[in-house]
Amino acid sequence: MASAVPKVKLSGPMLQVDGLTRYFDVSPPLLNRVLEGKGRLYVRAVDGVSFAINEGETFSLVGESGCGKSTVARLLIRLIRPDRGSMVLDGDPVDEPHGITVNELRRQVQMVFQDSYASLNPRLTIAETLAFAPKAHGLPAAEARERVRDLLSKVGLEPDTYAERYPHELSGGQRQRVNIARALALRPRLVILDEAVSALDKSVEAQVLNMLVDLKTELSLTYLFISHDLNVVQYLSDRVLVMYLGKIVELGPVEAIYGDPQHPYTRALLSARPSMDPRKRTKEAPIQGDPPNPIDPPSGCRFRTRCPFAEDVCAKVEPLLADTGRQEVACHMRVAGSGHSKATAA
Amino acid sequence: MSHAGSGFGPFESDRRMSDLLQVRDLHVTFVTPDRTVHAVNGVSFDVKRGETLGILGESGSGKSVTLRSILRLHPEHRTRWSGSIRMEGDEVLDMGARALGDLRGRRVAMIFQEPATAFDPVFTIGHQIAETIRQHTGKSETEAWKRARELLEMVRIPSPAQRLKAYPHEMSGGMRQRAMIALALSCNPSLLLADEPTTALDATVQIQVLLLIRELQREFDLGVIFVTHDIGVAVEVSDRIGVMYAGKIVELASVEQMVDAPQHPYSRGLLASTVHDGMRGQRLEAIPGAPPDLAEVPTGCSFAARCKFVRPDCTTGPPDLRATSDSHLVRCVLAEAAA
Repeated sequence: MASAVPKVKLSGPMLQVDGLTRYFDVSPPLLNRVLEGKGRLYVRAVDGVSFAINEGETFSLVGESGCGKSTVARLLIRLIRPDRGSMVLDGDPVDEPHGITVNELRRQVQMVFQDSYASLNPRLTIAETLAFAPKAHGLPAAEARERVRDLLSKVGLEPDTYAERYPHELSGGQRQRVNIARALALRPRLVILDEAVSALDKSVEAQVLNMLVDLKTELSLTYLFISHDLNVVQYLSDRVLVMYLGKIVELGPVEAIYGDPQHPYTRALLSARPSMDPRKRTKEAPIQGDPPNPIDPPSGCRFRTRCPFAEDVCAKVEPLLADTGRQEVACHMRVAGSGHSKATAA
Repeated sequence: MSHAGSGFGPFESDRRMSDLLQVRDLHVTFVTPDRTVHAVNGVSFDVKRGETLGILGESGSGKSVTLRSILRLHPEHRTRWSGSIRMEGDEVLDMGARALGDLRGRRVAMIFQEPATAFDPVFTIGHQIAETIRQHTGKSETEAWKRARELLEMVRIPSPAQRLKAYPHEMSGGMRQRAMIALALSCNPSLLLADEPTTALDATVQIQVLLLIRELQREFDLGVIFVTHDIGVAVEVSDRIGVMYAGKIVELASVEQMVDAPQHPYSRGLLASTVHDGMRGQRLEAIPGAPPDLAEVPTGCSFAARCKFVRPDCTTGPPDLRATSDSHLVRCVLAEAAA
């Protein structure tokens, strides 16, 4: 194992991401573009996103569909390449001449996906799936077998019962446990959980969440947790990043984001959660309409088309992330002298 | 919009007094050459006009199968039914093709989780709504399009006249779901069946659609059956909630009773294992194990294998649905003690 080589521990974040950007080309064919006199079209999936993940924390990414949260995950593990932006893992730049390779990155960073069935090769037994990566990275067969048994016990599956089964012989919850075990097979330090519990039934979700909490302590893991379920995010996270149409709108500790949200979008997202009390049902939807198409996002602040406080400045100037003390927020109302009538006094 | 022309005939007032829908001891079994699945095993409930019944359950609990049975949407040659489903007094399980067509098109409407697949992609939204209206009410083409426009206004789709000409793929998910609600209500049904209609929507859109359904239900005095796996969603829309497990309703109560004092160990477990505000740092109370295989008819309580209060008499026979108070039914041997 490469991770056996001791690494000089640097102070500073475990993973630092700067200006991460990825556009997807969704242009119609050339002939149609010429006939209609239109240029190329891009989905601005992730547009200049910067953040840092500290060792040992659970860092969550939330937002609605199309906000770019899954694209961020895929960029971090280099399933897709960014157009721009840099990534530094433990002080080493990733995929750059003087930095670490993508292979080395993937030893340290692993990912669990939402669809537990599509993530597993249906023609491999659970043991073969789990031994695949360790063997590919040079672990002898006997040790790989030991590793498989160990991994299965860690995720609460009896090795003698489950090792020789195929994915279709397991329930959804059991398959997701296998996916988590596979992500842990190379002993990574950072695990990206992309909607990893979203497809599970509530009673099974609770089992898996408890297991994730235990594994994190036992194996000193760091989690990047991606979800649309704000209740689960609040339960698990130390820090939360809220995205809207490819941009960060708010970033801060979980207490600040949930207790004192600063961005109108964060507030809307939190109050759109269904009530658990029949006497306090939601009377009015916090915002109207759907998120706009990320192909042609609004100018300035991308949230302005749905924001109840939007003014002229919001259409003209793009708000930058500003530190409010407890959290960072990208809203003109939180920047003194921004030109917004509700801007905080200087 | 008036409801007077909805055409229940001289029995309208009588029918309004009684239950809109009565389901009694419904069993649904799917039979294929290699497998038999006992999906629904004795479900009974009523729905009145102007009332929303939430059916809460996990995947495989039989909640969608129950809902689809009301329109007999299951493949006839592979499905075995028993029991009774009475819609305004008419037995759905005995209906012939013509009565069934009228039931599906006019009297009962259904909305689905994925509006993109519920609409035909090659026709405009307006065409599909107007066609339905003409088919079931005999209105003229012009009248039907006028009505379609009113319907889009009613579900608050902006610039409805233009939207009538849109194809399903040209609308966002939330818009499509609104259009599907418009289609569902186009022939003034008295019962609306909703099968997880907001599950595929974003959070900020979901709440808009839930509020819309609640509002239309009140305005048109509809009976609604709302199937969901999300407790929060069920609490937002329901007057009563039925919790399903392994093809049976294990608890049926008013929404307040269900949230404040759930009595069946499964309902309690489900509420306790749902993460919500203020649970940070606590260990979640997960229900161990997984739901049973429905290839066999359960002999005792289906939840016994996962229940922490299990007693010897749990496995001797299936427990009855017992009333522990007015309007609170529980299918558990322990419920008697609570009464």
